[in-house]
Amino acid sequence: MIARSLTDKGRYWILILPALAIMLTFYIWPLVEIFGISFSEPKPGFENYVSMFDSRPIRTSFVITFRVAAITTIWCLVLGYIVSYAIYNTAPRYVGLMIALVLLPFWLSVLIRSFAWIVLLGRSGVVNDSLGAVGLINEPLPLMHNEFGVILSMVHVMLPFAILPIMANMKGISRAYVDAARGLGASELRAFVSVYFPQTLPGVLSAALLVFVLALGFYITPALLGGGRVLMISEYITYQIQELLNWGVGTSLSVALLLATAAVILAAGRFVNLRRTLLERR
Amino acid sequence: MRRKTTFQLLMQTGAWMVLAFLLLPMLVVLPVSLTPNEYISLPSDGFSLKHYENYFTDPEWLSATWTSIVIALSVAVIATILGTAFAIGCWLLSDVWAMVARWVLIVPILVPPVVQALGFYRFWVKLGLIDSMTGVILAHTLLALPYVSIAVFAALANLDRRIVQAARSLGASVWRTVIAVIVPAARPGMIAGAVFAFIVSFDEIVGVLFITVRNVQTLPKMIWQGINESIDPTIAAVATVLTVVTILIMVAVTWRWKARP
Repeated sequence: MIARSLTDKGRYWILILPALAIMLTFYIWPLVEIFGISFSEPKPGFENYVSMFDSRPIRTSFVITFRVAAITTIWCLVLGYIVSYAIYNTAPRYVGLMIALVLLPFWLSVLIRSFAWIVLLGRSGVVNDSLGAVGLINEPLPLMHNEFGVILSMVHVMLPFAILPIMANMKGISRAYVDAARGLGASELRAFVSVYFPQTLPGVLSAALLVFVLALGFYITPALLGGGRVLMISEYITYQIQELLNWGVGTSLSVALLLATAAVILAAGRFVNLRRTLLERR
Repeated sequence: MRRKTTFQLLMQTGAWMVLAFLLLPMLVVLPVSLTPNEYISLPSDGFSLKHYENYFTDPEWLSATWTSIVIALSVAVIATILGTAFAIGCWLLSDVWAMVARWVLIVPILVPPVVQALGFYRFWVKLGLIDSMTGVILAHTLLALPYVSIAVFAALANLDRRIVQAARSLGASVWRTVIAVIVPAARPGMIAGAVFAFIVSFDEIVGVLFITVRNVQTLPKMIWQGINESIDPTIAAVATVLTVVTILIMVAVTWRWKARP
């Protein structure tokens, strides 16, 4: 019996191993090498890390990264909560349409959506041209190549990632508790604040973690809409590597960004069910 | 039907405004793609289909589209096979080590794209995979595996373990049980996983920017270069085509879903 269960386990591992092996060899190992390069180029030692802490531009870039990610997350949570609430609590007639409108941008590439924002917000973009044509402005408004444009389009890109976990959580909440609170004399707002909202907190926290972690490492949208003026860490790394071939700085920044991401996830683990948020999504 | 309260009406109005914010920016590419001008603009006098004509006749755009489709299909097939086997193995094993393996496999979701692209670049140089289709397919397969394994695992959550035990105690081998009992139960997850894998690969840009040079041109890379060099309205035509295709696929999937009992 024991011998047989052992061989069964062996068979299960035969199914698991191909995927696991290529992940360890071609993904995890290259990341370990990045870690190694940060201590060995241009010469062995901690020099890259020391100069990283001394560098003003790098500190600024980290501050910008965390600020943009935090503001994006807050907007996504507020807007995403409103949409999810409406889908499950107010509009039974249009639920299908509303969910479709959330999913469409989710399926459409980030590159295309960022392009749409460039078309809208550029100096001679659709917004500026239309306002100018109507005579509301004489000079184009600076809508792009600044934090405003980056955050606006990042909220657009990330919003579905906030809505889906909040929706998944709200789906399982019964109206009975709010009805009971109302029946016992609570006002609408009070029933929402002290009965409904606390029940939706797990979904909100999952959404917050997901959006914040994605936003921290985001490259495409800030690079396209920031115009080099909103230098988030990912763009800073690319610049160091592609323009300056400065692998020491690029890899040590990568390690720092990776550690920051890991720290955020571990810290969130105190409040969020990580297994549910990351491993068992939908 | 209960009457809507002020609070609910407020939330509902807000929700439609947010949905408009989600939708409208994507619609703006349509009029721009019809402009007769050579630069990004709203059509002021008359419409023109010349940017579509350019997309569908330009050999560079066409071959990039074709390359992206070939890579994404290969990734969908490979990642679905590997990811399904992995998820089924973990589901059968279901001990601490299976849990560890599952966490390892989702790492690509959490690592910032630029960081993983650096890793790919250095390692692909060593392996001689830079600027090759094989290199891109391998990288994209790694990025798609988490989505396949999550989707298949979600499908298996509905499978009763006693059915598997019954098959085994009636004399079926592990392999036969997997093929005849578990794979059919995993099928919805496999299909969802394959679609995810296709899209992950078809849209991927950061990795491709690092591990390809001239030889391999994908559609996202053409769009990226187009945006950075000269903003040509052909990109708007491409964006419109991709948006319409996405909508059509969504409608088709929803219909199939509804048609099923």
